[in-house]
Amino acid sequence: MNIIKIEHIAKIYQVGLEEVHALRDVSLTIDKNEYVAIMGPSGSGKSTLMNILGCLDTPTKGLYDFAGEKVSEMNDDELARIRNKQIGFVFQTFNLLPRSNALHNVELPLIYAGVGKEERTERAIKALENVGLEDRIYHQPNELSGGQRQRVAVARALVTNPSIILADEPTGNLDSKTGHDIMKLFNDLYDKGNTIILVTHEEDIAAHAERIIRLRDGLIEKNEIVKNRTIPE
Amino acid sequence: MNNYLFQLKEGLLISLKAIRANKARSVLTTLGIVIGVTSVVLMSTAIAGINKSFQSGVSSLGSDNIYIDKWSWFGGDLPWWKMRNRKPIKMDDYKEFKRLAKLPSAIAPSTFKTLNVKHGENVVDGVLVLGSTSEYINTTNLNFANGRFFTEIESKGARNVAVIGSNVAKKLFPRGNGLNKTVSLKGIKYKVIGVLEEQGSWLMQNFNPDNQVFIPIESMFKHFSSRRRGITINVRAPNSSMVDAITEEAITIMRRIRGLKYNEPNDFSINKQDALLKNIDQTIGIIKIGGFFITGLSLFVGAIGIMNIMFVSVKERTKEIGIRKAIGATRKTILGQFLAEASLICMIGGLIGLILAIIGSMIISQYDFPVSVQPGSVVLAIGISLITGIVSGLAPAYTAAKMDPVDALRYE
Repeated sequence: MNIIKIEHIAKIYQVGLEEVHALRDVSLTIDKNEYVAIMGPSGSGKSTLMNILGCLDTPTKGLYDFAGEKVSEMNDDELARIRNKQIGFVFQTFNLLPRSNALHNVELPLIYAGVGKEERTERAIKALENVGLEDRIYHQPNELSGGQRQRVAVARALVTNPSIILADEPTGNLDSKTGHDIMKLFNDLYDKGNTIILVTHEEDIAAHAERIIRLRDGLIEKNEIVKNRTIPE
Repeated sequence: MNNYLFQLKEGLLISLKAIRANKARSVLTTLGIVIGVTSVVLMSTAIAGINKSFQSGVSSLGSDNIYIDKWSWFGGDLPWWKMRNRKPIKMDDYKEFKRLAKLPSAIAPSTFKTLNVKHGENVVDGVLVLGSTSEYINTTNLNFANGRFFTEIESKGARNVAVIGSNVAKKLFPRGNGLNKTVSLKGIKYKVIGVLEEQGSWLMQNFNPDNQVFIPIESMFKHFSSRRRGITINVRAPNSSMVDAITEEAITIMRRIRGLKYNEPNDFSINKQDALLKNIDQTIGIIKIGGFFITGLSLFVGAIGIMNIMFVSVKERTKEIGIRKAIGATRKTILGQFLAEASLICMIGGLIGLILAIIGSMIISQYDFPVSVQPGSVVLAIGISLITGIVSGLAPAYTAAKMDPVDALRYE
């Protein structure tokens, strides 16, 4: 069953007088409960593709169908709704609100979704428990280690029960041991039935996925199934 | 509708958090509003106080009076040099007037002189001494703390008796009752037979009965004042609906007394209290406009300060805005959040300003300046701070709402 279907997506930027083709012609599908990695060198368009997949940006050309809804034709408010309810972001730099504690950070998507206080708090605490941070609920980001911050970010991404988890270099700012812990977390989520899209330039990280989509110069170069994917201990 | 209220409440909670997170900046931002609101509220409080004080001062003199004088007290129709050439009104005019007038409830002559009043070591400089007859008290609404006004016999006999106002009494007799004691005017001794209750009208200065001394007019003429200077005839109507009637009667009688022919204009003026009140109203009106303009200016400056700070705040929180949008905040949500923040800062500032203004009023009133805290001031304070918040927060909030999430997330 398709969660994501993009057809002939192109993204063209005007930089002064020049046109930059970040994406030229990209088509792909992603099914429910897939674990996909998107790889490519700098300038390959993988960040642009991720922004489009995450409904943060709209394509210049082409169709984007997200769980049956025509995202490519949506306005800002509709895109915000999809981002809120269907997509869970995990960023390389964590992107937590620095002056709010873990609980409030995880609550935030629920606030924007209009969920009442009691239910919100309950779900946020549960999400933090699921990532093993039940005793760090009231800590502020600056009181947490890098790995813990990323786990808060994962909890935040999960709290609305989204259709996909979109992770952009999730271990980029972490040491290898902590990175390993985070990849283990993702694996658990995958086992539980979540759909995970990983954007990375590291082979080791991409090897955790079932399938790797390789980009180069705004086009898909390869779409390979991973033999013997890495399963973290 | 429910959703909007929910969003509003959440917006306010988020704003409160943001304000607490940036305490120093928030405090500095509100300063402009605090000063603006404090000045507006203090000013309207002071003006209300002044107005009330004037009104009560004027009414203590007697609300249904007219004053016949050669001068027109409140300016207007005639240039002063025309009035200067008029014959002064004399005691004979007054006596004839008293004989002829049927409608008034009380008629009394009066004349003033500024003198120093002494008792032992204590002196009050520049006291307005008013000379009149025993009837005078009936033309006013003055009450006694002790004693009484002079009687007809004392008045006609030019006895050295005096009634003193409460401020004069306080200064000459600090330890209390001045009744039956002696005060001396220009070396001449007068027995105090009455002390007036405090009228409390700070602004009338020498014309406030609290700062006056009353002696029989014949005594005034004997020692201090020349008969040639002329008097005022104080006339009181039985009630306010009869003021016009006694005015008509007075004009008729005065014209007869002064021997004016039908085609000659009045050579006297009838001064009415409502002219004074109108004058006061006008003056207060001008003070109000000037005052509000100035304080409005300070609020405007405060609003600009807030707009400036909000722009800086928005720019600084670009990344945060990007994160919020990525998580699902719509443009409206972001707009609402920053508008709420600006408004909240302003309302907190307004509240502080209001409290400061109230404290300020209490302090000023210790120095006998009249203040009157109006419930309208509270509404004023909250209203202007809210509006200032919304207006000055609008442009920065819009900037925040419009941000592209991708660019915002990239911002360092």
